[in-house]
Amino acid sequence: MSILNVRKLTKNFGGLTAVANLSMELNRGELVGLIGPNGAGKTTVFNLLTGIYHPSDGSIILEAGGQQLPLHGKKPYHICKAGVARTFQNIRLFKDLTVLDNVRIAMHQNLKYGLLSGFLHLPSFKREEKKLLNDAMELLRITKLDGKANELAKNLPYGEQRHLEIARALATKPVLLLLDEPAAGMNPAETAELTELIQWIRHEFDLTILLIEHDMSLVMKICERIYVLDYGMLIANGTPEEIKSNKRVVEAYLGEDVSNA
Amino acid sequence: MKKSIAVTPLRKGFALILTFIIVQLLVQLNIINDYLQATIATIGINIILAVSLNLITGFTGQFSLGHAGFMSIGAYACALTVMRVPTVWGFLTGLLLGAVLAALVGFLVGLSTLRLKGDYLAIATLGMSEIIRIIFTNLDITNGAAGLSGIPRFTNWTYLYLFMVSAILLISNFLKSSHGRACISIREDEIAAEAMGINTTKYKVTAFTIGAFCAGVAGALYAAYFYYIDPNTFGFLKSIDVLVIVVLGGLGSVSGSVLAAILLAVISTILQDFSDLRMVIYALLLIIIMIFRPQGLMGSKELSLKAFRNLGGFLSSRKGGK
Repeated sequence: MSILNVRKLTKNFGGLTAVANLSMELNRGELVGLIGPNGAGKTTVFNLLTGIYHPSDGSIILEAGGQQLPLHGKKPYHICKAGVARTFQNIRLFKDLTVLDNVRIAMHQNLKYGLLSGFLHLPSFKREEKKLLNDAMELLRITKLDGKANELAKNLPYGEQRHLEIARALATKPVLLLLDEPAAGMNPAETAELTELIQWIRHEFDLTILLIEHDMSLVMKICERIYVLDYGMLIANGTPEEIKSNKRVVEAYLGEDVSNA
Repeated sequence: MKKSIAVTPLRKGFALILTFIIVQLLVQLNIINDYLQATIATIGINIILAVSLNLITGFTGQFSLGHAGFMSIGAYACALTVMRVPTVWGFLTGLLLGAVLAALVGFLVGLSTLRLKGDYLAIATLGMSEIIRIIFTNLDITNGAAGLSGIPRFTNWTYLYLFMVSAILLISNFLKSSHGRACISIREDEIAAEAMGINTTKYKVTAFTIGAFCAGVAGALYAAYFYYIDPNTFGFLKSIDVLVIVVLGGLGSVSGSVLAAILLAVISTILQDFSDLRMVIYALLLIIIMIFRPQGLMGSKELSLKAFRNLGGFLSSRKGGK
């Protein structure tokens, strides 16, 4: 059953076509990789999917709760509310705020008290804030950050900042999670731990995940299907095995080593 | 743990009421003379202005130079009402009217300058505030450049204190709520905030509206205290004055704004004796403070009873150690 349907997606920046005629489909519960050389347009695809850029052409349809929601042309917070959350390649935490506040801010869209209650700290404020705190701490426990809830995000080590990005994305209660190079800059041990975390949250939160990553050991290990981009165009899609042996992919991106492996 | 949570709001309330009674007594016993009273009024009004500008600039990260404009709307609305209905109810109606009108303009300004950031936003809000000033200069009802004089005085220590404390408490409560965190996330990273589901448009406009409402209240209190207002009272320099308080106290610290408003008033009162060099020394002091505390007096931290208690514990443990 399809959850995301991308048809003929195109994005032009002036004369440059960053993404050309891209079509892809994600099924519910799948873990799909999006790979390609630097500058292939992977992050642009994420920015289009999350509304940071508006597509020049094409459509993005999210199927959630039995409804077909067009996401193209929508604002980022609408898309987030519809159930698409993301992390950022160049970590974009609220770095001068605490770890806890980073997560609580992402929970704001499901807030159940109004401005008046915020001003006067009415009983509904106290009740909801308590619930918010519990939910946030639970997410921090999952990502092993509960001991650092009151530290500033900028003071976390790099690997934990990546974990916090994931916790923050989960706090928006997504159905589709987009991870932009979650393992970038991690050592093999940290990557292994992250791999486990990704697989665990996928089952626990019933998520569909689209993942951009350069670490092929991670991609080949956990992705069920892979899309390969080069110069903004889709050059291949298939199972890890098929991708490893695809000649165009090897030429454009993987190189000889992986195909021999 | 549970006990201290239950006691703290009571203590806070007690401290607030005690402060009010002490000053009220000093005023009545004439220990605080007219001149000091005027200084206190200025401090109170500046605190409301600074805390509300801090909400817009320090917490939501929207660099605004238009606060004097919002203030003038409150001042003129209240002055015109209270001159026609010189009763307490006239004053309170005028104050509310001024605050609501200022909030309305704040809403429109927030909405129309959404796409602007940083210096560009500062220039746009400055322009807006100048437009308001020029409108007041050219209207008949506001008596043009000559301004309004003979405004009855209704602002006293009670009203001043009531509105000042309300503004501080309501804004700090707001900032501690999820809505406040949404505003702060815009300052931290607007793109990430949007991607995490924050309607940044809504919260920028909310910050401008609340900020302008409070500035309107401050303007009304000003008009009903100093007998006289004219358009130039609310020029560019007034906005800068407020911004200086906010930056000096610390962008993102409510208690910083309160402290800085008091400190600056005290400094300029002391400097009254050095008439010629007054502004030079004032400016020098500002420069020196900013060199040694570039993040402002409080940075983005808040002053709290807990901080005092920790300080007390720290000092006594040091004494004990010796």
